[in-house]
Amino acid sequence: MSTTATSPVPGPGKSGQGKSGQATPQPDTNHKPAQSGKPVTWKLPVTLAVLAVVAFIFFGLLGPQGSAKFGVSSGGDFFQLPAIEVPAFLSGIVLSVILLVLAGYALALKANRNRRPPRWLPAVFTVIFVVAFLIWVVGGARTPSISLAGLIAGSVTLAVPIVFGSLSGVLCERAGVVNIAIEGQLLGGAFTAALVASLTHNPYAGLLAAAVAGALVSMVLALFSIKYVVNQIIVGVVLNVLVSGLTGFLFSTVMQSDKAKYNSPGRLPIIDIPVLSGIPVIGPILFKQSVVGYLMYVAVIVIWIGLFKTKWGLRVRAVGEHPQAADTLGIKVNATRFWNVTLGGAVAGIGGSFFTLVAIDSFTKEISGGRGFIALAAMILGRWNPIGAFFAALLFGFADNLQSIVTIIGTPVPSQFMAMLPYVVTVFAVAGLVGRSRPPAADGIPYVKG
Amino acid sequence: MLRPYVPSGPRDSDTSRLVRVLKLELKGITKRFGSLVANDHIDVVVEPGQIHCLLGENGAGKSTLMNVLYGLYEPTEGEILVDGKPVTFRGPGDAMAAGIGMVHQHFMLIPVFTVAENVALGAETTKAGGFLNLDDTRRKIKEISDRYGFDVDPDALIEDLPVGVQQRVEIIKALVRDAKVLILDEPTAVLTPQDTEELLDIMRQLKSHGTSIVFISHKLREVKAVSDTITVIRRGKVVGTASPSSSTTELASMMVGRAVNLTLDKAPANPQERTFQVKDLTVIAPSGQHVVDNISFDIARGEILAIAGVQGNGQTELTEAILGLQDRVHGSILLDDEELVGRSVKDVLNAGVGFVPEDRSLDGLIGTFSIAENLILDRYDQAPFASGISMNPAKVLENAKTRIDEFDVRTPSGSLAAGTLSGGNQQKVVMARELSRPLRLFIASQPTRGVDVGSIEFLHKRIVAERDHGTPVMIVSTELDEVMELADRIAVLYKGKLVGIVPAGTGRDVLGLMMAGLSPESAHADTATKNQATTPADGRATAARPVQESTSGAAGANAVGENND
Amino acid sequence: MQPSAVPATAQSGSLPGGPDESESLLRRIFTGNGIVTILAVLLALILGGLLIAMTDKVVASTAGYLFARPGDFFAAVWSAATSSYVALFQGAIFNPRGTGVAGQFAPLMETLTIATPLITAGLGVALAFRAGLFNIGAQGQIIMAGILASWVGFALHLPIGLHLLLVLVAGVIGGAVWGGIVGVLKARTGAHEVIVTIMFNYIALYFLRYLLDTKLFQRPGETTPISPILDPSAVYPLLFGSQYRLHLGFLLAIAATVFVSWLLNRSTIGFEFRAVGANPKAALTAGINVPRATVLVMTIAGGLAGLAGVAQVAGTEKVLTDGVAATYGFDAITVALLGRSSPWGTFAAGLLFGAFRAGAVQMQIQTGTPIDIVLVVQSLIVLFIAAPPLVRAIFGLNPRKKQAATAGKTKQAVTTGGAA
Repeated sequence: MSTTATSPVPGPGKSGQGKSGQATPQPDTNHKPAQSGKPVTWKLPVTLAVLAVVAFIFFGLLGPQGSAKFGVSSGGDFFQLPAIEVPAFLSGIVLSVILLVLAGYALALKANRNRRPPRWLPAVFTVIFVVAFLIWVVGGARTPSISLAGLIAGSVTLAVPIVFGSLSGVLCERAGVVNIAIEGQLLGGAFTAALVASLTHNPYAGLLAAAVAGALVSMVLALFSIKYVVNQIIVGVVLNVLVSGLTGFLFSTVMQSDKAKYNSPGRLPIIDIPVLSGIPVIGPILFKQSVVGYLMYVAVIVIWIGLFKTKWGLRVRAVGEHPQAADTLGIKVNATRFWNVTLGGAVAGIGGSFFTLVAIDSFTKEISGGRGFIALAAMILGRWNPIGAFFAALLFGFADNLQSIVTIIGTPVPSQFMAMLPYVVTVFAVAGLVGRSRPPAADGIPYVKG
Repeated sequence: MLRPYVPSGPRDSDTSRLVRVLKLELKGITKRFGSLVANDHIDVVVEPGQIHCLLGENGAGKSTLMNVLYGLYEPTEGEILVDGKPVTFRGPGDAMAAGIGMVHQHFMLIPVFTVAENVALGAETTKAGGFLNLDDTRRKIKEISDRYGFDVDPDALIEDLPVGVQQRVEIIKALVRDAKVLILDEPTAVLTPQDTEELLDIMRQLKSHGTSIVFISHKLREVKAVSDTITVIRRGKVVGTASPSSSTTELASMMVGRAVNLTLDKAPANPQERTFQVKDLTVIAPSGQHVVDNISFDIARGEILAIAGVQGNGQTELTEAILGLQDRVHGSILLDDEELVGRSVKDVLNAGVGFVPEDRSLDGLIGTFSIAENLILDRYDQAPFASGISMNPAKVLENAKTRIDEFDVRTPSGSLAAGTLSGGNQQKVVMARELSRPLRLFIASQPTRGVDVGSIEFLHKRIVAERDHGTPVMIVSTELDEVMELADRIAVLYKGKLVGIVPAGTGRDVLGLMMAGLSPESAHADTATKNQATTPADGRATAARPVQESTSGAAGANAVGENND
Repeated sequence: MQPSAVPATAQSGSLPGGPDESESLLRRIFTGNGIVTILAVLLALILGGLLIAMTDKVVASTAGYLFARPGDFFAAVWSAATSSYVALFQGAIFNPRGTGVAGQFAPLMETLTIATPLITAGLGVALAFRAGLFNIGAQGQIIMAGILASWVGFALHLPIGLHLLLVLVAGVIGGAVWGGIVGVLKARTGAHEVIVTIMFNYIALYFLRYLLDTKLFQRPGETTPISPILDPSAVYPLLFGSQYRLHLGFLLAIAATVFVSWLLNRSTIGFEFRAVGANPKAALTAGINVPRATVLVMTIAGGLAGLAGVAQVAGTEKVLTDGVAATYGFDAITVALLGRSSPWGTFAAGLLFGAFRAGAVQMQIQTGTPIDIVLVVQSLIVLFIAAPPLVRAIFGLNPRKKQAATAGKTKQAVTTGGAA
């Protein structure tokens, strides 16, 4: 599954060493000329080859004999499409052979011409691998049928807080501050959203309060790491503990004392855009969301444009790459960092509100459940690029969703292994595929004048 | 890179830029860092349209002064006057607004940004909504490029550009911001002699366009070649002004504070058997580039071979390959017929190789470790400092006492952190460590970089002593002066290739051409024809660059070569 | 998050690396650092007290007539905070209402019991810090150790002595391998250990949950995820009889502290670790095998955390559940930070946080103050200790001239770190 690292992520990557990523034109900081800069390693081709062999053995040779059925339309769709039914064993063989061919091509390129594979290759590989995997899982299940539309819609839903969290990471780290505190920002946002929405009987007030709470958590990170030059990773780790303790304490003392008054936020309504939401598969994910869901799409696009197309973004990236240079050009390095970190916190806070205003309508301890760390991983997989992070987060949402689905349809794969998947993928990716990816050069390094 | 300068054309059509000239005065500038006084009541007046040189040793306080002027530091005392009016710079933004631009010694460019992005940064033109308008920046870059004959592609990534071009981008950055005074901080440190000449030409052009220049340097030749006025700074104080026609010895003694004898008393080499041999050595960088490209040489016992060349031409990789720090090494490195390629660093060190790395604070020392610990950094696991895996702190301290005395390291105690020492004393610690065991090869990279003159003499004597002790010695230096002073033979590297090996006493101009990639033969031929062509008429044409005779007393301050066009 | 950033930040932050090891704990307490430490603890306790008071019902009701009778309000604030802390103290150190001397000291014994895994896991984190590595993975290392140790403990039936020894070895190996893999990944691929260790924590947790769902680990006849009880021959003997839970693991924690202290300060291996942590490039140039040191330090660190896992399954809990690591792995990070990454500092910090934990249980029973307050106080302590200027400013302490000079030097170091 490590191929997911190079999922259809626009922007530069090992998959995108060329002059520009599809959605990240010129000013991306990660791109380098293909052959002169970074070494062409065996890592990617070998990883692909290993995965292809794994796919061939498990999805192919040991694949289930039955067929897998994927529902495409759901009941309320504008128009109906028939379900797709595929023979599991045959498609397993076919798909894994394609994977073997792709991996072979990558190996040949490296061996013969010392070149890395073209950018599309890892992306295509990932997609095929995931499809093969899905067919294998579903085909081997007790009830070999799932709703593809439901799977994808569920993935997006589960990805929402992860996307917000990873955007927070992008905003902070592009400015040169490592943000391990995403978990705390999500949790703080979730708690405050629940509390304020309950008190005001207005979930939108809760949403706003979540942003403020996330920003406050972030300001502590900014204060300690920028003003007091405390190691950023340490502040982040400790902040997570602090927020966890604080929300846990207030939950037990305040919320538990009068649940109706303090912990009944009510839900944000789902805004259904007529007609468009009836489009199969993509309708629900794009046009049938809560305001938080719509905000997610807006945030991804706005932050991407902001970072790569505007004066603000140029300065932020300069501060994250080479603060001294920015300083000599009259840019206030630490102020830029401070406000960027604060903004990041606000974004993560909004993501946190998803837990208590959209997913469930109350707060419980540790409701963010480690998604802040997954968001961190998504940011890295997405190479510090908002769009990349979005797709990586989507992938984790997918894995998360698949986990609950396989528990229901009953596959031979234990659900715990499904739950493990995002973490394993991240380790693979960090070690195998993005091991040499370039974070902003000054990421994590405090700037002290003089 | 540099097109011939045509003094007509763009300049005439753009006379507006000549209108505003600026007089800059620094009055009683004092800058203290804690108890350290970096600048002590410094007065400098930069007249409009002049090239004003600040001459001083490393650590004399020149850069601090310029950082004050550029708004990066706030002065503890004193004031800055622009056209007679006192100004306060709260940051570089204020200084830029007042018409001051600066090219830092370490370029302030963002490697992963394009030229246009770097130039735009901080002075961006935007379209509605804060969107960047880089087209405007590209146009400005082209305008300035055309005026001065720079050949700069606005859309190239900085990290892909050669150092010389990067420097031009820095100059463009200042000019785009309408700098009337341009501060150049040690601008030639990273350039080849040829690039240096081009830079000096650019400076003269800027001057003729009305830009004043503050030129910070410790290289006497360049200073004499280009300055109108020279202010000499020593230990944070102005010790006097001088005219460019002053002799190099005069300037050198002003700079150092005593009569200097920059030549080293060094007995002629007595080379014995050639025990160190490098054969067909190639080092391949992770990018696949051959950073050291098929080179062969040998060093005899009792001989110093200097590796000359502009920084970044494979010297670092060559020394690292010998030490075992490089992964992809082909060819052979023999020490007493013992193969070193493929051995671990520890093995190589234990085989009797002493190594002084080029960046002592990065590679040579651990700043937070005590001096005593640093003195055993490569022998912490050997007797008498350790038995088994158990260490003996008493022996470590005892060793420190001996070495500190022997190498005259100025410190109250060996248990102080090495990071608290001055540059010269840090280098003495590294040298003391490396020279305190029997060696079969001694390698020193940039042995005196950033070191005060007093320590330089000491360190040079030590290196020669090691040679006379019968050790093959390899010096890597980008400072031609140092190379010429220490070497018994000189090897020049260019783009990873060995251009040639020439005997000591080879002329600066020949070495300069070799550093630009010319073979020794053609370099000799080239300089010969140049010298012939230097007719009296030519001499007048280059009157702005006083051509000096090499002064025998100051090998370190040789005159400008004539190989520039 | 690039690999090279870590040593740089490790140097620049005031925490990892810590002060000179030869400096004794006592001496540190009475120097500038020691004062900051004490004030930081005090400040965190005050803030925690305010938080307790803020949510206290009596305080809330007196706040209603604050202006009429402010005395009531402040009395209520004081009593809310102090009664909680008194309960905390009684639950952690000494309970005057206990039955007999044994009962009175029972809380102290409980503190030492809880401190045991905190100390050893904290040592694992601290040791890695000294080598410039952020080991956020003690949690996962404890879990893996718990899995192996408990399996040896309940599945194998061996003679007394040998059985416990094997349990110990299995646990330490479990943690060491789990940590060592991180070291290998870091050394060979440059994968950032912060990310990898965080991910490894989750992988270990889900692996544990999976195992507790299998025949191999689940107690027969149980539907909940819990393992069989370990054999009596496989558990640590109790130190002071059955009235206390304190077990042999605490002595091993002391031994581990002595060992780490020796390793760091008196051994060539520790010299290598410290060199790699302070300046990996210089270490490389001096012939130190940096990848080997990275793998080794993560292995030893994992082993130490593994010791904490053994203390849990073979000492305190005697079974394996998915809560085997509780939050010890994360607390270990704060313990190491509070201990400034020195072995004995970590030991002391482990005792302090152990006391908080033990006392918090009593506090919750007596005053209803949730245990979570401990997390708040713990994290505040670490934050304040990391920022001495903030603490000094809050208490209006003007740093003496000498301290200012040192601060200047620190700043210098920070810059150098940044430039690197």
